[in-house]
Parts: sequence; C-alpha cells; structure tokens
Amino acid sequence: MSDKELTSYSKDFLAELFRKMVLVREFELRAIEERRNGLIPGFIHSCVGQEASAVGATAALTQEDVITSTHRGHGHLLGKGGDPKYMMAELAARSTGYCLGRGGSLHLADFELGILGANGIVGGGIPIAVGAGLAFQMRGEKRVSLSFFGDGATNEGAFHEALNLAGLWSLPVIFLCENNLYGEGTPQDQQAPIADLAKRAESYGFPGEIVDGNDVLAVYEATKAAAARARAGEGPTMIEAKTYRFRGHYEGDPQIYRKPGEMAEWRKRDPIPNFRQRLLDAGLFDAEALDEIEADVQADLDEAVAFAESAPAPKPEEALAGVYAETHDGLIF
Amino acid sequence: MSDKNVNANIEMKELSFSEAIREAMVEEMRRDPGVFLMGEDVGVFGGVWGVSHDMLDEFGPERVRDTPISEIAIVGTGLGAAMVGMRPIVEIMFGDFLMCAGDQIANQVAKARFMSGGKADVPLTIRVTTGAPGSSAAQHSQSPESWFMNVPGIKIVTPATPADAKGLLRTAIRGADPVLFFEPKMLYADKGAAPDDPDFAVPFGEARVAREGRDVTVIAVGIMVKHALAAAAQLAEDDISVEVVDPRTLVPLDKKTLIDSVAKTSRVVVAHEAHLRSGPGAEIAAMLAEEAIEYLDGPIVRVGAKNVPLPYNPALENYVLPDASDIVRALKSFWGKA
Repeated sequence: MSDKELTSYSKDFLAELFRKMVLVREFELRAIEERRNGLIPGFIHSCVGQEASAVGATAALTQEDVITSTHRGHGHLLGKGGDPKYMMAELAARSTGYCLGRGGSLHLADFELGILGANGIVGGGIPIAVGAGLAFQMRGEKRVSLSFFGDGATNEGAFHEALNLAGLWSLPVIFLCENNLYGEGTPQDQQAPIADLAKRAESYGFPGEIVDGNDVLAVYEATKAAAARARAGEGPTMIEAKTYRFRGHYEGDPQIYRKPGEMAEWRKRDPIPNFRQRLLDAGLFDAEALDEIEADVQADLDEAVAFAESAPAPKPEEALAGVYAETHDGLIF
Repeated sequence: MSDKNVNANIEMKELSFSEAIREAMVEEMRRDPGVFLMGEDVGVFGGVWGVSHDMLDEFGPERVRDTPISEIAIVGTGLGAAMVGMRPIVEIMFGDFLMCAGDQIANQVAKARFMSGGKADVPLTIRVTTGAPGSSAAQHSQSPESWFMNVPGIKIVTPATPADAKGLLRTAIRGADPVLFFEPKMLYADKGAAPDDPDFAVPFGEARVAREGRDVTVIAVGIMVKHALAAAAQLAEDDISVEVVDPRTLVPLDKKTLIDSVAKTSRVVVAHEAHLRSGPGAEIAAMLAEEAIEYLDGPIVRVGAKNVPLPYNPALENYVLPDASDIVRALKSFWGKA
C-alpha cells in the first residue's frame, strides 16, 4: 500500500480512480459475455486483475500526454479517457468503432486522446512511444510519452533498442512494465534469469522502480514522479508494476500453466475490493456511494453494448479505404 | 528525355544522384522545422555514402541525429515522431538491414493508418540503399524492393536519375504516407540535370518514358534504367528501336504508362537488380499478363539476379547479377538472336 494517507487526495480523485477500475473490470467482463453472445468476433486478452496499474498510471498523465498500449490494452485506453461506446463498437467490428471496425481489440487507438494505439506485436509499441517522446523534446513541449508493456516484452529486441535510445537522449518517456508473471503461457521465471525486470533500466542509464501493481495509488505516485522527472528534462524512468492476471492470456485459454495456489494468493490482493475497503475504512465514502458508482458503470456499459449492437456493420468494400492518405491509380488493385 | 513535371521556365542544374538527395533533404529541412534526419552515421560521418555530408553543420545534432546501431529503434522512433506531427527522414544504411526493423516496417509503419481506421498520419520517409556495390557479399548487396511490395500500406519509390531522386524524395517528405525510398548505391556518383527549384516534386504513380522506341519495351527498375538505356543504344545499331520505361514508384504502380508502351511495341522485357523470383518484375509481369496480354507478340521476359545469395568473389558476383548485356540478350531473343 502506498504510504500517503488517503485523506491527502481529493474525494473526487479517489472516486474517479475507483470508478475507472470498476469500469475496466466490468468492461472486460461485459466484452467476454458479448463475445460469447456473438457480438464480438475476435479474440479478447482481458486485463482482469491488472486494473490498478492501468488506471493508476494513466491518472498521472495529462490529456496532452500520450500512451502506447498492448494486446491487453482495454484498461490503458479507458484510463486515458477512451469511450467505452466506441471501444465496444470496435470490438463488435462496427463502423462506429474507434477504428471503423478495421482494427479490433489489438489496434484500438484515439489520437485526440493521445492513445497512439494498442498493439498486436509484443513490444511493438515501445519504440513508437520513444519517438513521440523525441518529438516532444525536439519541440520543447512538456509532454510525456508512456509505453505500457508486459514482462514478456522485456525479452524483445524492441524493448532494449528503445530503452537504450531513450536513455541516451534523455527522452521524456515512462516505460511501464506490467509484470503479471506470465508471458502468454510461460512463467516469467522461465523467460528471464531475473525476477525484477526494473533492474534492466539501470543498464540504459536511468532509474527502474518496482511498485505494487495492484495498488492504484502506488502506481499513480510512481508514475507522477516519473512524469515530473520527464517534464523536468531528467529523462526516462522504468516502472515495474508487479501484478497478476486473473483470466487467461486470451479468453478460452485453458491456463494449465498456473502454479498451484498462486491464483488464490493473488485473489486476496484483488485491486478493486481492496481499494473499495480502504475507501470505506478511511470513512471517506459509505457503501451506498460506492454502490452507486458501480451501478453507474453498469449503466454506461449497457449503453456501450446497445451502441455497438445498433451500429451498422461496415460495407465489405470499405476494406479498401483508409490504407493511404493520398490515393493514386495503381495503389490498390 | 522529356518530363512533363519539369517546368520549362526553371533552370536546370547539373548534380549527382547523391547531391540531389541531399538537396531535397536540405531544402525541406529549411522549409519545415518538423523535418529531421536520423540514422547510423548520418551526422559527424555525413552518411557512409556521404549523402548527408555537412548537414550537421547547418542543422545541428538535434535535426541531424546520429543513432546507435538499432534499426528497430530508428524506424520505430521515426514512426512515433511522425504520429505526433514530425516529418522524420530515417536512414537505414543498407537495404539488407531493413529486416532488422522488419516488424516496425511491416507491422507498425505500414499498417498504422489502416488499423486506426484511417486516423494515423504517418509522414515517415525511410531512405535506404539498394544494390550490389561490388564484393560486398550476401548481407550488403541485396535489392529488397519487392520484399515490402507484399505489405500494403507503404509506398515504394525507386529513383533512377538525380532529377527523380530529388523530386520523388520531396514528394515522400511532404506526403502523409510512409515511404520506402530506395537509393541505388552505384548511382550515387552519376550526374544529371535537375530543376533548380525548391518546390520541384515528382508525383508518385507516374512512370517516366526514359527513351522512346517502337519495337520493344524495357520496363527497368532503379539502376537497371541506366543499363537498359545502354542496351537500347546498342540495339539501335541493329535498327531495333527500344523504349525504356521507368516506373519510378513500384507502389503505386503506373499501370497505364506501362500498358500503353507495351500496346505500342508488343514486346516487353522487365529488368531489375533484385532476385528474379518474386522480384518487382514478377508483379509487373503478372499485371501485364492480366491486363495487356492481347498486345503481346511473345513472352514477357524478365531480367534479374539469379536466385542465389550475392557472392563475394567478383567473377561469381558478376555471374549472378544482371547488367546491360543481359538486357541486350533478352531483347534480341525476340528476333531469335539470343
């Protein structure tokens, strides 16, 4: 648990953290349900269990800051202000979705919100985030670029090349590693010889910090400090948020790789009930107020699903549009 | 050599292929603070081929950035900067090294706009050298243009003259789409006239008829335009009139100019330095077979490198690579003189 007293935060801020974590969890559960119902044709890599890192990190950013996300990115998007309606419509492959039904879950993006894209390639977004940071530095803007990735991505070449460059050029980038202990179906300890991946930052000349990834305020504080460093021109930071995913790598994953007893231990550290209890214990909210937030989230998701269901499917030939900005004869044939 | 994109009122200036590329970069960097150059040895060294010599002096290390030997980061960082409003030019020293950045090029750069529902502008130019510079063996000699023709979303530009190098690079830099810009190493020193105009641009998707002819067409890519012109001059002595067409961009491909030429001559050779199998000529030949077969009096003949890695030994390398004599042989085959 972060050391700061809950009372040092505004009630609105704490309520918003709670609301967003509930929104992320319930969005995932609803998407899974709607996939079963046939509304959503593609795969879902849910982030159930990892809500605190997504919401805590994005809460420390401004609208002008940007993020790159991952295959497990719904929480990152909702955290950064993504609208569940357009997300659900995209998952449902509709023209009204964020990507007009062309990207799906793995490629959700909203440039106006500074969401440079989820990514279907593990580690693929990390160099992109560094590039955005480079642009901010070159233009003298006090903006920050944050790249989400998992433990698995830290074994990709893209991770190492990107961190090296960001360290070398002191770029305003935050590398936020959500270490959920599994890279797809293989435990982290069988993928790397070290358990604390934040150590890797040191070899690129900047700090790496470990936080409790299931404590939304701990992630928020670490990200806030990293963002302040970045804005002050002091360069990048890596944050390793230790967390755990409660569902499979993808929906339908039989999860035969889990270590015995591990899930039960991590369930005790579920970020949402724990944060709810803290809010109650501190006397800042009563149960009815938090129930109301949860009910509001459900209403928003009802609306999102209805929006997705009612949206037209794209015409098949729309597949040919939007590949290039400038079209020519001889480009698509 | 006529070119409708050249304004007759603008003075021409003699410059090398390398200088033409440098001029386009310098002029665009003066014009737009969002344009910058990034790559291995582009700054202090001036580029291993000397293309960006002295640019560091004018623009400083912020805008002429030496990078680590990190092709993934070079391309990916270029993409990220482009997504938030810059116009990066990134240099990959050898075409062979594009594969080091393969994911970023094929999965990120090329698809960013489409995957985001058309929202991402990607004004990124990837400058890269192509072709065999001599005894550089299998990892520094390839012509990988067609590797990426199978990846929708990225434009593929293959200049063959200083004027086109300058004009096409300007179009690449000013455009909103990602471009792979292939510079034949063995053309860098070649000179030619180019318009002395900081706005001179050659649009994509417009092939150039490099030499007009009646009897047979050579569609030549990159450095093979030069070899095709030499071959055409040689066949003129035998009273065979060869038309040489340079597509200038492989994606988009100016099908109309290619088909018009073939309709006129009824014979066609497609030539490139890349390996024959699935090289650019395979696509061009297939397109002609589908859309121009009725004009053809004989087979579509391809000229390219033999399908083996490029050897180090000069004699072996020469055996594998195509040159003007291979084009001559291909052309003469139509008259049974091969």
